[in-house]
Amino acid sequence: MMQEIAWQLSLVLMTLVALGFGFVAINSGVRVEDYTPLQKRAYRIRSKLFWTLVAVLGPAMIYTLLDLPYGTSRAGHKAGPAQVVEATGHQWRWELSRDRVVRDQPVEFRVTSADINHGFGIYDADMHLVAQTQAMPGYTNTLRHTFTADGTYRILCMEYCGIAHHNMMSEIKVGSL
Amino acid sequence: MANYTYEHTPDRGATAGVLAYLGTACAVLLLMMLVGLLMRLEQAQIIDLGANWFYELMTLHGAGMVGIAGIAGAAVMWHFLRQYVELSPAIFMANLALFLVGVAMIIGSIVFGHFHAAWTFLYPMPSKAMGMWSQEAAALFMGGLLVIGVGFLLMHLDIARAIIARYGNFARALGWPQLFVHDDGKAPPPTVVASTMVTIVNIVGLVVGASILTMMLVNLYLPEFTIDPMLAKGMIYFFGHVFINATIYMAVIAVYEILPRYTQRPWKANRVFLASWSASTLMVMFIFPHHLLMDFAFPQWMLIMGHIIGYLNTVPILVVTGYGALMIVFRSGIRWDMASRLLFLSLFGWAAGAMPAFIDGTITVNYVMHNTLWVPGHFHTYLLLGMVAMVFGFIYYLGKPAQHVRESWLDRAAFWGFTSGALGFTLSFLYAGKESVARRYAVHLPEWLPYDRAGSLFAALVVASSLIFVLRFFSRLGAAGRDYARAPLAQGAAA
Ligand code: HEM
Ligand SMILES: [Cu+2]
Ligand SMILES: [Cu+2]
Repeated sequence: MMQEIAWQLSLVLMTLVALGFGFVAINSGVRVEDYTPLQKRAYRIRSKLFWTLVAVLGPAMIYTLLDLPYGTSRAGHKAGPAQVVEATGHQWRWELSRDRVVRDQPVEFRVTSADINHGFGIYDADMHLVAQTQAMPGYTNTLRHTFTADGTYRILCMEYCGIAHHNMMSEIKVGSL
Repeated sequence: MANYTYEHTPDRGATAGVLAYLGTACAVLLLMMLVGLLMRLEQAQIIDLGANWFYELMTLHGAGMVGIAGIAGAAVMWHFLRQYVELSPAIFMANLALFLVGVAMIIGSIVFGHFHAAWTFLYPMPSKAMGMWSQEAAALFMGGLLVIGVGFLLMHLDIARAIIARYGNFARALGWPQLFVHDDGKAPPPTVVASTMVTIVNIVGLVVGASILTMMLVNLYLPEFTIDPMLAKGMIYFFGHVFINATIYMAVIAVYEILPRYTQRPWKANRVFLASWSASTLMVMFIFPHHLLMDFAFPQWMLIMGHIIGYLNTVPILVVTGYGALMIVFRSGIRWDMASRLLFLSLFGWAAGAMPAFIDGTITVNYVMHNTLWVPGHFHTYLLLGMVAMVFGFIYYLGKPAQHVRESWLDRAAFWGFTSGALGFTLSFLYAGKESVARRYAVHLPEWLPYDRAGSLFAALVVASSLIFVLRFFSRLGAAGRDYARAPLAQGAAA
């Protein structure tokens, strides 16, 4: 979902940039010797462009700050006692205190590492990343997530940790009790 | 508002030193592109090198590309800055010599020592090798980076000295009197403003980088001297972010200097320009927490600061530099040749790449896209289609045999091959990132292979086109050193 928005938005913005450059390239051939009036007009357009950016990006920047994934600051996560999963990264395996959780009830992953940096990424049954946090030695990152669909989720390592980084996978089963 | 008009500055050829920089950069660039292609082919499962080789090549590609981006950027900056301030050729060459020593150490560590902790060498990975490499290999790699860093630091200190000798202090060189007091039209030229910005941020970045490297080297031999992994990560990304971004801010000087010569229109440091470069000076240093957005234990206000500066940072790129290029080209009668085309393309690449980049810097997006191929997707856009295109434009410019030359179909084909290849290559990364493909994976899941195969094809096109650019440059080294006007007058321009 978020990925889809990011992709579409990037394509739109990159296309707009391309159109700007294309438009100017096409209109580059015939010279207007007196630059001053051109410049004046261009500055006016630039002001408009600037304020458009402010008007569009400003609210987007603030809006996306309203629902941060950090610990308790995540709004809208389901009430009720959390199911706690202690997750520890090792070169090169995940140690999970439990690998079964219940759907529609918040899960609190307490993620850390026993050796070097790893990344704790949760993939759904379609292999799409739904949540992640880093696993750093000496620190515990608390990741709260509520699964809304049953199935087998996979844990992939999201921080490069050496020769078997790509093999550092594990599973979590989500069911409805 | 002060009025700025175009004044012609005579065109100087490159010094032997600049050519040595560019020659080194081009040769290593091609080699590293081949390494990149090998990685992509491995992920596509077209070839089978094994994970060990993949991660060694990944470490080599990362360190090598970042290093030569620095070298190429420095060549552009030094070449043009020399018009305004008195630089030391000896220190410039010392930097290249130290660079080559560092490169030899890094290659030795990877090829013979099998070191593969990636160019970001996150603590404590280099010392926790699980038997894959020796302590000496780790020391050689980090020592190599340190040697390269010291070389760059020397060069920047010399540039700082030269700028201060001419302008008095950094504030004047950044045009603060014109920005904050009165714009008398006498602000330092864009090249000086940009070089000052880069010098400030790189000196800070390199000192931080050298500190963490030294700390980690000590830790390697005295394990009881431990480092906080979060502090180490912050320092590494501060240094890494500043250094790689500074390469773009150095290379863009080629655009500021060369496009006005093609359009006979001024690109002067007016107030908006000065404000944006002063803002970028601060932003490039305070944006680094956007690399730590998934470290939930990092101070939250700094993460939010990273998020916000990520948005602000796109404004100067789009509204000042990108738009500035559009302004001076629009109805200018510019004659399109390889140099002007590549420079124009490079600003497109930079601006376009900034879009998926700031989106990635949004915390809620980062939550599901951090360390997927989305990340190499955006940075290859502004580095390959942006920074490297600036350098290619610059070498075509230097090597132009005469003001008006008929270019062969081969160069033009290479231009379009490079453009489409780089776009396809980066879009295949971005698309894979959208599909949650993790970055830095030697082995990909079967469902990821189609993107890898498409990416490989486009990457091959980039390598082939770049080979033509580089061979053309090597065949024109003689012309590159001579002083003569290279930019053709715009069509219909008053002579
Ligand atoms: C033909 C051109 C290129 C190809 C085929 C290529 C290919 C690749 C590949 C396959 C990766 C690893 C992606 C992954 O994480 O799975 C990579 C990473 C990287 N590339 Fe490139 N690349 C090219 C050009 C460049 C350029 C021009 C630069 C910089 C100026 C660059 C800098 C990097 C860096 C810094 C990394 C990150 C390495 C790491 O994750 O440790 N690349 N590239
Ligand atoms: Cu791991
Ligand atoms: Cu890993």
